[in-house]
Amino acid sequence: MHEVGIANSILEATRAEMARHSAARPLRITVRIGELAAVDPDSLQFCFAALTRGTELAALELKIEPCPRRNCCPACGAEFTVADYDFRCTQCGEERTEFVSGDQLELASLEMESYESSTA
Amino acid sequence: MNQVPLEQKVLKENDRIAGELRARFLEHGTLCLNLISAPGSGKTSLLEGTLANVPCGLRLAVLTGDIQTQNDANRLRRFGFPVKPITTGGTCHLDAQMIDRHLADWDLDAIDVLMIENVGNLVCPASYDLGEAAKIVLLSVTEGEDKPLKYPSIFFKSKLAVITKTDLLPYVPFDIAQAEENARRVHPEIEILRISNTSGDGIAQWIAWLEERRAQALAAQPVSLV
Repeated sequence: MHEVGIANSILEATRAEMARHSAARPLRITVRIGELAAVDPDSLQFCFAALTRGTELAALELKIEPCPRRNCCPACGAEFTVADYDFRCTQCGEERTEFVSGDQLELASLEMESYESSTA
Repeated sequence: MNQVPLEQKVLKENDRIAGELRARFLEHGTLCLNLISAPGSGKTSLLEGTLANVPCGLRLAVLTGDIQTQNDANRLRRFGFPVKPITTGGTCHLDAQMIDRHLADWDLDAIDVLMIENVGNLVCPASYDLGEAAKIVLLSVTEGEDKPLKYPSIFFKSKLAVITKTDLLPYVPFDIAQAEENARRVHPEIEILRISNTSGDGIAQWIAWLEERRAQALAAQPVSLV
C-alpha cells in the first residue's frame, strides 16, 4: 500500500542523479529489496509505471533485485540463506545464528545512455 | 551506456529526519515507542490502560495516527496527558516528517515517554523509521497465531510483541504458545508480554517494561555540563 511513496522516492533519487548528467538518457534503475523490507515487487512495478507514464522518465525501467534473508554462524563463521524460518547453520548445525541482511530497500545503480553520440 | 552506482537507501530522506528525531529524544531523555498492529488489535485500548495505570510522576504524551477522524485522540485525552492526533488523510503509515511536524510545539523536556500509535496496518509502518527507541507490535487473540509468519517484517523489527485481549482466550481457538513460537521463529530475541486491558492482567508487567526502558533512555542521555 505504501509502494507509491517508495516509487516516488526512487524517482526523486533518479531525477537528482540525472541532474548531474544532463547529456544522458536514463535507461534502468536497479533497487535491492530484501524479503523483510515489507515491499511488494509487483505493486512497486505497478506504481512505478503509473508515476512515470507521460513523463520524461516514461522509458525508465525499474529492475528489482530480490534479496533473501542471510544469517551468519558465530560458531563456524559460515554465512547462509535462511529458508522457511530455519535459522540453523547449514554448515555446522548451530541453533543460534545472527541476522546479516534481508531488510534492504536500497538504490543500487542507474544505467544511462549518453546523448552525445546522437547529438554530435 | 554507462552505469552509475548509487548505493543509498530508498527512504534516505525519511531516515535522515528519523535520525535527527532520535538524537533529540536521546538528548532530552525521552523514551519514544512506536506501536504497530493491524486495525482493531487494541493499540488505543493498551494506551488507555497505560495512561490509567502509569505511576505518579511519569509524564507521558501520545501521538495517534489515523487515516481519518480524531476518535482515538478524543478517547485518550480524558486521562489528562498531552495527546495529539495525526490524520494522514489516506496514507497508510506515519513517516518521520509527520512526527517532526507534530512535535514542533511540544517541549520534550516535559515528556518522559512519547507513545506513537501508528496507523492500523502490519505492513507499511514497518518500513518507516520514526526515530523511536523501539517498535512494539500488537497481536490480539482474535487474530491468527500465524500472523508473525505472514507479516515477518514487523515482527522482525519490533523489540516487543504484546499479545492483547487475553481475557478472550477461553472463547477463541487461538493457540498462544504457537503464536509466541511463531514470533520467535521470525525474531528469536523478541520480548513478549501477554495483556488484557479488560481484566488488567499483564498491565503491571507492561508498566514495569516501560519504566525499565525509560531508565535505559535516561542512562543513555548525554551528561549535561550545566
